Amino acid sequence: MIDHQTQTKPPIISAEDLCIFYGNFRAVKNVDMKIVPNQITAIIGPSGCGKSTVLRSFNRMNDFIPNCHVTGKITFHGHNIYDEDVDPVQVRQKIGMVFQKPNPFPKSIFDNVAWGLKINGMKGDLSEPVEQALKQAALWDEVKDHLKKSGLSLSGGQQQRLCIARALAVKPDIILMDEPCSALDPIATLKIEDLMRELSKDYTIIIVTHNMQQAARASDYTAFFTMDSDRAGVMVEYGETSHIFTNPQDKRTEDYITGRYG
Amino acid sequence: MNEYTDLAGESNTNLQKRHRDSKIWRTIFYASTAAAIIILAILILSIVNQAFGLVVLKNTVEPEKISSVPLEQLSSQDLIKILKKNLTSNRYKTIDRDMPFTARSQADLVDLVIAEVVKPTVVDSYHLDVSILHRNEIMARAAEKYPNGHVEFHSWLNPEFITRSMSSTPELAGVRTAIFGSLWIILITVLVAFPTGVGAAIYLEEYAASNRINKIIQTNIDNLAGVPSIIYGILGLAIFVRGLGYFTGGGFLGSGETGGRTILSAGLTMALLILPILIINAQEAIRAVPRSLREASYGLGATKWQTIWHHVLPSALPGILTGTILAISRAIGETAPLILVGASSFINRDPSSVFSRFTALPIQIYNWTTRPQDEFRNIAAAAILVLLVLLLSLNAFAILMRNRFTRRIS
Repeated sequence: MIDHQTQTKPPIISAEDLCIFYGNFRAVKNVDMKIVPNQITAIIGPSGCGKSTVLRSFNRMNDFIPNCHVTGKITFHGHNIYDEDVDPVQVRQKIGMVFQKPNPFPKSIFDNVAWGLKINGMKGDLSEPVEQALKQAALWDEVKDHLKKSGLSLSGGQQQRLCIARALAVKPDIILMDEPCSALDPIATLKIEDLMRELSKDYTIIIVTHNMQQAARASDYTAFFTMDSDRAGVMVEYGETSHIFTNPQDKRTEDYITGRYG
Repeated sequence: MNEYTDLAGESNTNLQKRHRDSKIWRTIFYASTAAAIIILAILILSIVNQAFGLVVLKNTVEPEKISSVPLEQLSSQDLIKILKKNLTSNRYKTIDRDMPFTARSQADLVDLVIAEVVKPTVVDSYHLDVSILHRNEIMARAAEKYPNGHVEFHSWLNPEFITRSMSSTPELAGVRTAIFGSLWIILITVLVAFPTGVGAAIYLEEYAASNRINKIIQTNIDNLAGVPSIIYGILGLAIFVRGLGYFTGGGFLGSGETGGRTILSAGLTMALLILPILIINAQEAIRAVPRSLREASYGLGATKWQTIWHHVLPSALPGILTGTILAISRAIGETAPLILVGASSFINRDPSSVFSRFTALPIQIYNWTTRPQDEFRNIAAAAILVLLVLLLSLNAFAILMRNRFTRRIS
């Protein structure tokens, strides 16, 4: 029932039999997912189905939640990132993250972008890479004259693009986006979507969204998650976005995307 | 407009009741604020009341008996003669040795004659309220009781009071030594307690696993914040004065004359006293740092320490500093532990190092209030004002620092 597309390129990151537990509660079960490089993959599904949990397991952000543990494998560059000898800090350098609520540091716009570079050991004049990251995030023209101003003085949409610039500056391979537009107005949302399209040339993007139109508009692949009878999240269907939205294989997917769900 | 009045009419009684309730609560809150302000005002007024007022001064030797013309008009030679005639030869020599009479100016000599020979002493003192309301009665009574005395308005809090050291005569006593003692102790306290407290808070909040041992530690810290200060005094006496006297007294540097009863012992004891308060406050401040900030940092590949140092601590710092201000305020007014670790009640040498014997403002105040003479109570009130000003200026400094930090990071 899971629609595995014939993929030409090898996956950049893949989950195999991934289960995520909070204490004894199994929040997500048996997820198998291969992410195609340089594409935008959207994860959709009703609230509480474990979309964000799965997304956060891709760069080990769940490590900070007490009692949370993972079984199965997430393979990135041929390594299981949950192996003992893998440093989660290194994983997060390669797999960046943009959060639901824009969360710039209470620092200047420049320092927001430069900080990630500094902690990763880059020294000297950082204005070049900072400018590049801000340009990539389509924010440069709006902020180039006041880089000293606090990142918190920007509008919500600008803050979110600042967070994207911040993530881009450390040159990750993959960018995880956890409902990046849910706190933004439609115009700012469109800007982010355009930006994602632009970024997918160089990066692989995985985005969790509540907004089905967004998934349909902006993604290449879509995974539909829902809650099982034992309240654990399961992946129902995964495939090219056009297929999922026009020709869903599973009844639950069809119900959800046509709005008949719960 | 009309439809709104109609709307209100529907649930009018209910709305009125809600408005009435909020009015009652508002009144209660106003009243409690007002009560606090009134109590504070009464406290300050009663202190000020004692620190200023009329005094009756009486000369030991009347100036008219020494010289027929006013002292100010005498020549230096005449003044020296008067001193020689009226002072014991020992006293005369001591003063001469301090600075030869011939080298002193005429005005200096006049002051010397007044201080050494005329010796005006306070024989009676009145509080400020009485001084203002019953000025004439005081004048009349003083004229009757002390025919030679004269009445004048005296501020017990004056520049000399702050710059003079301790003395057994209230008119000549000052708080300089005590101010220095208090400042030294606070310095040691902050230097020891701040890094230790913040460090402990970071460990407990960020690193400690939630196991049984750490829970016991946490509970104990919470309880220690409520332990009476005299217990800390006993602890300080046992550990720093007795146990480690060799170190706290500077014995290891070859100057062990003071035993362990030094500024260092006092500062360390005070540090122990405020440590739990500081830790709890710092923990609260660290806990209040939003998770989104930490996640943003981790998401960029920051290590735990980089996240703590660059984001958690700067964000928590205003809160930590607020806690520190409260803790310092407490430490500067503490008396009991200082008595136990051996504050000297009578000392007129300024502390020169952390191994000096010491006194502190609260010790002086306590000491003076226990004396029977009224005048000591006057200078105790003046010393309380000094303590308040010192406390407020330290706090103002800390608040200034905090505001600077807050502005820098937001």
